[in-house]
Amino acid sequence: MLRLNNIKTFYGNIQALDDVTIKISEGEIITLIGANGAGKTTTLMSISGLTPPRTGEVMFLGEPIHELSPNRIVTMGISQVPEGRRIFPHLTVLENIDMGAYLRSDKEGIKKDIEYIFDLFPILAERRGQAGGTLSGGEQQMLAISRALMAKPRLLLLDEPSLGLAPKVIRQIFDIIVQINTEHKTTIFLVEQNANLALKVADRGYVMENGRIILSDTAQNLLSNESVKKAYLGI
Amino acid sequence: MFMTFTILVIKVDPIQRSVSWRWENMVMVGVGSFFLSFLWRYAMARKLAGNKNMAEGKILKTTIIQRLMEDPKLFRPALIFLAVFVVAFPFIFSHYQINIMTTALIYVVLGLGLNIVVGLAGLLDLGYVAFYAVGAYSYALLNYHFGLNFWFALPIGAGLGCLFGILLGFPVLRLRGDYLAIVTLGFGEIIRLVMENWNEFSFGPSGIANIPRPDFFGHEFSLQNATIFTYFIMIGLALLTIFFVNRLQNSRIGRAWIALREDEIACQSMGIDKTKTKLTAFALGATWAGMVGVMFAAKTTFINPPSFTFMESAIILSIVVLGGAGSITGVILGALILSLAPEYLREVREFRMLAFGACMVLMMVFRPQGLITNVRRVYKFEKSPDSKKEQNL
Repeated sequence: MLRLNNIKTFYGNIQALDDVTIKISEGEIITLIGANGAGKTTTLMSISGLTPPRTGEVMFLGEPIHELSPNRIVTMGISQVPEGRRIFPHLTVLENIDMGAYLRSDKEGIKKDIEYIFDLFPILAERRGQAGGTLSGGEQQMLAISRALMAKPRLLLLDEPSLGLAPKVIRQIFDIIVQINTEHKTTIFLVEQNANLALKVADRGYVMENGRIILSDTAQNLLSNESVKKAYLGI
Repeated sequence: MFMTFTILVIKVDPIQRSVSWRWENMVMVGVGSFFLSFLWRYAMARKLAGNKNMAEGKILKTTIIQRLMEDPKLFRPALIFLAVFVVAFPFIFSHYQINIMTTALIYVVLGLGLNIVVGLAGLLDLGYVAFYAVGAYSYALLNYHFGLNFWFALPIGAGLGCLFGILLGFPVLRLRGDYLAIVTLGFGEIIRLVMENWNEFSFGPSGIANIPRPDFFGHEFSLQNATIFTYFIMIGLALLTIFFVNRLQNSRIGRAWIALREDEIACQSMGIDKTKTKLTAFALGATWAGMVGVMFAAKTTFINPPSFTFMESAIILSIVVLGGAGSITGVILGALILSLAPEYLREVREFRMLAFGACMVLMMVFRPQGLITNVRRVYKFEKSPDSKKEQNL
């Protein structure tokens, strides 16, 4: 479904990604783990077109998308939950969710999807008239995920959904992620620091270090891999 | 007291070669600042108390206008009263008053136009007056060369304003914040300097005179009636702007502007085309300035470059900031205050600008969000019965 072929991404003169190759098939949950500054977020931004790669190609459903603008990429069905949630603090919860449907024009479908999201996250339904900035961290993360879901993505890019959240809330959010994956066959690309949890929900995983992919295997194998254990799982 | 000591207390007379000590002035300054400091403390304490109340979840509706807006029982009569007043205004007051009011209305529309760019889209534009100049000059020149009348010039001026908005927009929208402000400031000056120096085109600093006032299907009015007519056109234009901006604010693109102001990256990952959205804001803001520019030329019948200095841009921007960025009523009120106050403060001549400055400083301390904070539209739901309580925060 999505292929990154040898992409190299730069911030000015600084190279952030070196020859990254990732393959994602339909319906999978793929996770990308690594330390701070390894290039995980850059990988996501390269897919969504916010920092397009300098060389290499990104193929989505057989079409190259690395030269498209971010809004075209969203239209094609890739939706991103940015790192640190980045909800709109002064818009209400409902308006935030509505922003996710910015490119859609089917009113009925949007209405139905909002209902679906309120089923998924009942707390958001309760808080729909509240300004986004007044929500707690966990609620904001739910809001960010909902907002991304409103674009009806085929591929959902999640950037550190566990950032700064309590373990209980993290578990809740990961449950929802799995639920979205099974119910809608939405492919999920999950970037995480919390390697243990990410590998438990994922089908396959990639390990990144200094802008390179150093390991890729099934999540099961990675969990039992000695070097991964040492470096990322803290066992 | 010590700072003013040398100015107010010691008086050196170089001709008489005498030094007089005016001690009574020192007492006055002392007493004055003593009471002022009390007033200041009191106001600060009130502000703090207000903040605390907000934190405790009590919604304080401080301004009368906000309360008026929300209660339909009060709002409707107020609106009717306002409408009657507006219609009756030119027949009650003098020629001079009507002229002042028309100017104030021009500022209302300019303020609302800039409000799209600054208040909604959050792009700091310091060269807004350039588009205003474009509108004014397009009417003046088209009329001079081709004898085009006001009603044809109005849309052309608006169109040209829009065009210039896009022209400026393309290169500068990569910039953000301060940098954008500087470039727009430069653009504003460029337009003015071109008008000042390109004699063959714009008649330079001498300006263009004898621009006809608006006519009514070819019928021309006497001076008195033309003023009244101009006033009514301006009212119409202001209403149109209010309607349009109001609709715009709650539209998809308006929401996109607000979202873009809050978080660009999130917007992009939402599929909002950053450049196009910002450009629309710039173009729409400029359109209004162009239109009002035509109006300005028709009202004053004479334009020259000094009408379009940076000071104008600054005033329009202060209208938006003072009134409360993003809020339509706020901007209208701000425009009326900022354009009417200097007129009516003529009595106190040399203190006029001082009072004006003091007002601005006080505003920024006590109501930094503007006179009237933007109350965003509230959406209601039928589904849950207790949803009403949750709204409006």
